[in-house]
Amino acid sequence: MNGKSFFIDLSKCTACRGCQVACKQWKNKPAEKTENTGSHQNPPDLSWMTLKLVRFTEKTIDGKFNWLFFPDQCRHCVDAPCKMVADSEVEGAILQDEATGAVIFTDKTKDISIDNVRPACPYDIPRVNPETKVMFKCDMCIDRVQAGLLPACVQTCPTGTMNFGDRDEMLALAEKRLAEVKKRYPQAILADPKDVRVIFLCLFPGDNYYKYVTAEAGAPRTMTRQAMLARLTRPFARILS
Amino acid sequence: MTNHWIDIVNSDCIFIIGSNPAENHPVSFKWVMRAKEKGGKVIHVDPRFTRTSQHADVFARLRSGSDIAFFGGMINYILKNNLIFKDYVVNYTNAAFIVSDKYEFKDGLFSGFNAEKRSYDKSSWAFVKDDKGIPKKDPTLANPRCVYQIMKKHYERYDLKTVSKIAGTPEKDLVEVYKTYTETGKPEKSGTMLYAMGQTQHTVGVQNIRAMSIIQLLLGNIGVAGGGINALRGEANVQGSTDQGLLFHILPGYLPTPTAAMPTLADYNAKNTPKSSDPMSANWWGNRPKYVASLLKAMYPKQDLETAYSWLPKLEPGKDQSWLSLFDAMLKGAFKGFFAWGQNPAASTANSNKTREAMSKLDWMVTVNIFDTETGSFWRGPGMDPKKIKTEVFFLPCCVSIEKEGSISNSGRWMQWRYGGPKPLGETKPDGDIIYELFEKIRELYQKEGGAFPDPILNLNWDVATNHVFDPHKVAKLINGYFLTEKTLKVGDADKTFKPGDPVPAFAMLQADGSTCSGNWIYCASYTDKNMAARRDKTQTEMQAKIGLFPGWTWAWPVNRRVLYNRASVDMNGKPYQPEKAVIAWQDGKWVGDVPDGPWPPMADKEKGRYPFIMTTEGFGQIFGPGRNDGPLPEFYEPLECPVNEHPFSKQLHNPTALIFAGEAEKRAVCDPRYPFICSTYRVTEHWQTGVMTRWTPWLLEAEPQMFVEMSPELAEMRGIKGGEKVIVENMRGQLWAKAIISERIKPFTVMGETVHQVGIPWHYGWVYPKDGGESANLLTPSVGDPNTGIPETKAFMVNVRKA
Repeated sequence: MNGKSFFIDLSKCTACRGCQVACKQWKNKPAEKTENTGSHQNPPDLSWMTLKLVRFTEKTIDGKFNWLFFPDQCRHCVDAPCKMVADSEVEGAILQDEATGAVIFTDKTKDISIDNVRPACPYDIPRVNPETKVMFKCDMCIDRVQAGLLPACVQTCPTGTMNFGDRDEMLALAEKRLAEVKKRYPQAILADPKDVRVIFLCLFPGDNYYKYVTAEAGAPRTMTRQAMLARLTRPFARILS
Repeated sequence: MTNHWIDIVNSDCIFIIGSNPAENHPVSFKWVMRAKEKGGKVIHVDPRFTRTSQHADVFARLRSGSDIAFFGGMINYILKNNLIFKDYVVNYTNAAFIVSDKYEFKDGLFSGFNAEKRSYDKSSWAFVKDDKGIPKKDPTLANPRCVYQIMKKHYERYDLKTVSKIAGTPEKDLVEVYKTYTETGKPEKSGTMLYAMGQTQHTVGVQNIRAMSIIQLLLGNIGVAGGGINALRGEANVQGSTDQGLLFHILPGYLPTPTAAMPTLADYNAKNTPKSSDPMSANWWGNRPKYVASLLKAMYPKQDLETAYSWLPKLEPGKDQSWLSLFDAMLKGAFKGFFAWGQNPAASTANSNKTREAMSKLDWMVTVNIFDTETGSFWRGPGMDPKKIKTEVFFLPCCVSIEKEGSISNSGRWMQWRYGGPKPLGETKPDGDIIYELFEKIRELYQKEGGAFPDPILNLNWDVATNHVFDPHKVAKLINGYFLTEKTLKVGDADKTFKPGDPVPAFAMLQADGSTCSGNWIYCASYTDKNMAARRDKTQTEMQAKIGLFPGWTWAWPVNRRVLYNRASVDMNGKPYQPEKAVIAWQDGKWVGDVPDGPWPPMADKEKGRYPFIMTTEGFGQIFGPGRNDGPLPEFYEPLECPVNEHPFSKQLHNPTALIFAGEAEKRAVCDPRYPFICSTYRVTEHWQTGVMTRWTPWLLEAEPQMFVEMSPELAEMRGIKGGEKVIVENMRGQLWAKAIISERIKPFTVMGETVHQVGIPWHYGWVYPKDGGESANLLTPSVGDPNTGIPETKAFMVNVRKA
């Protein structure tokens, strides 16, 4: 049993934001007070109240204009650097569910600094509630999944962009779709499929969509000692797993 | 829709114009995506690059309001390159019909125009008939007076260069769209056209749809799987409400509203029952007297038909009573009271300042809604002085859709039964109960006080409740209809006797003699021995499964037919043109697949066969449409507000029959330097209509919190506007602020050699809530309309944009 995975097929995403809203609804998260800042992307970024966010980017690629949509969320890394950082500070603050592989933040994260955890994440996901200091991100709707339901974002997606299931099945689907879309989009890639449980199929190299689509695509970032350590231990951890 | 949502998947080419399904009909895009996966192509034509355009194989920009030029160009391209589906065009459309010698088209005007009345005498648009009264035809299509040749000549003027010049679409993009779509003219291919308000909200709205229909008929795309003319409805039950006669000009089931010129039922039937002398034409509307009689009996079962008819309200002949006219009359104090039921006209109606002022002329207004609206609170809105407004407003809170039982009819004509979910909140009530209780009270008052013309009120069949609670099943059964007296009819080959109270099995059994009732003939067969709309059976035959027909899933009007005009999907012998996705087929002396458009054998049977377009008098698809108010063929005219003062097709700048109102003529900007930019209104995924439901839904408001205006980087630079800053959008009718969204998705057009900018604004906001959300886009839209429907021209008007 290889746990669970998402497959997010960006060739089908219409940015309807059903996933963004369904996530808020299931998690009962408050709405943020937003304003239009000249973009349709709103809220402007992930936060402790917004765990799933559709990012909008306009980009001309090879002479053709594109409006690219990226439904961002935690990737549930197979070996999660955030957890390694947390483990070195407060045992049990970040857990990994054995059956699914879901990486889960607990209330104990309030005792760790976000400045240590967020830079460790190659995808810039963790966010903190500034009042309670508790950290938040997607938890794979572990309560739903354990009850045999799909995550809320997958359940609501009308176009087939969001998929969820056994990891082997999702990897196979991802490879199949990659082969299909490559005929029209030869630059298409799967973003870090071996390392994460949320596998994006991108029609163009990841950085066209957003800075942190793949682990390597992110610009150099200031790292804390813990984060650096966590990164260094990753290949080792991979071998162990 | 002639077809239905699932059927989109069967299409080889999906042509999306005047709509943005990825954003406004997100679930429909499931089927678009599946069609793409199967190799289907998607074309999107729009002034603006939207979330739909991103998924299109071909995207082309056109200036708002230039659609007929664009379509005329495609018709010309089809005819010039001989891309028609010849057998279909000759056998199933009126292309071969001979048109009257008196018909003429000259410099933008059709024959019979009366400039003073701004209307046409249509008599010269008639077809020539033989001595038996059957339209004369030339199947070779060579006769210069046949529809095909007249159409060819009409659209010769729409060459690529001219179309490009006025629509602002580059010639190469025109060719790419035309070439890609006309591939579906091959018999084995099908193409569908999806449209919404971007096509209809114009002073040529009906002719926009006519132009699409002509293309679909020329390519043989009507009646087939993956084809058709498909209106994406903007509300879950707008199809149902239209079916039930919501609009002023029709009674339930698309029966024309009687006018004062038809004082008796006999007059009404004589005027409204078309006659055909051609034995092969089914001329289905020839049955109209049966449907009217059954409707009258549903309302007044105890009265004779003439008495019942005499109680129906009658329109003044020739007088438009559509939405804009209603508010124009309200402004003039023509009536005292107004029910705004489940609607928000202070934000949804074109020229909202006029609408809001009109409401101040009323004595009373009742609003029924789930939240406060700009309509219910108009008297305390911007620029209003509550002390000076006499209108008394009553607010009746209703429950929400999921809290009540009943049916909705979707775009694909599926009547779907819904069970009530949670109990209505607090003292809110289902609309049915509100109407029921209101009418009980009204009738009580009439009983007590008499009043003017009490008979229609006192005698109305009001058996719609059980234990004084509104009963949707009783209403659904009445809409289906039942026998009122014992009747023996032929069912198949045998006689069957129906007793009073027995449901009428299908509309073919409705009677003109008053022995049946039916609240809406097209829904007859929906509630017989069981509630067909409540079915959820996924069983299909192998043939049906190939096209996802699902005949056991809910129920579609008419008689559970899923694809209209499906007799045009087979050849003269009943053999499907597209065997791999056949809708119907004639096998061993009977039809299989979908419910055919009538039981008759295929057309090759010269005795029993019938033509496929059974709802037209002659039985043929109408390329030449002699019934419309603005001409039998679509012709290009500029919107009533436009950036040019001439166009290349004629000297007739605007639709000469467009609906306009006295005193407002000077308030239109034509080539007015003060208002140089074209503006269009639209919706976003996150909000719905005027936002009455969605503005109060925090997670949706969070995603689209404020009024915005989308513009090109070029326009922003010209006006010194930065993204995210507040700007003013204004014209002669009003002014509002909006946040600037500057994007390459919007581009300036080159029109008649000049650069023309277009901007776009959503119509979801209003002053009531949220306070920093902005105002309604309809403050800026003009109250001018289509001459056939009265729909306002909110998709193309002129504005200025400047820094706030």
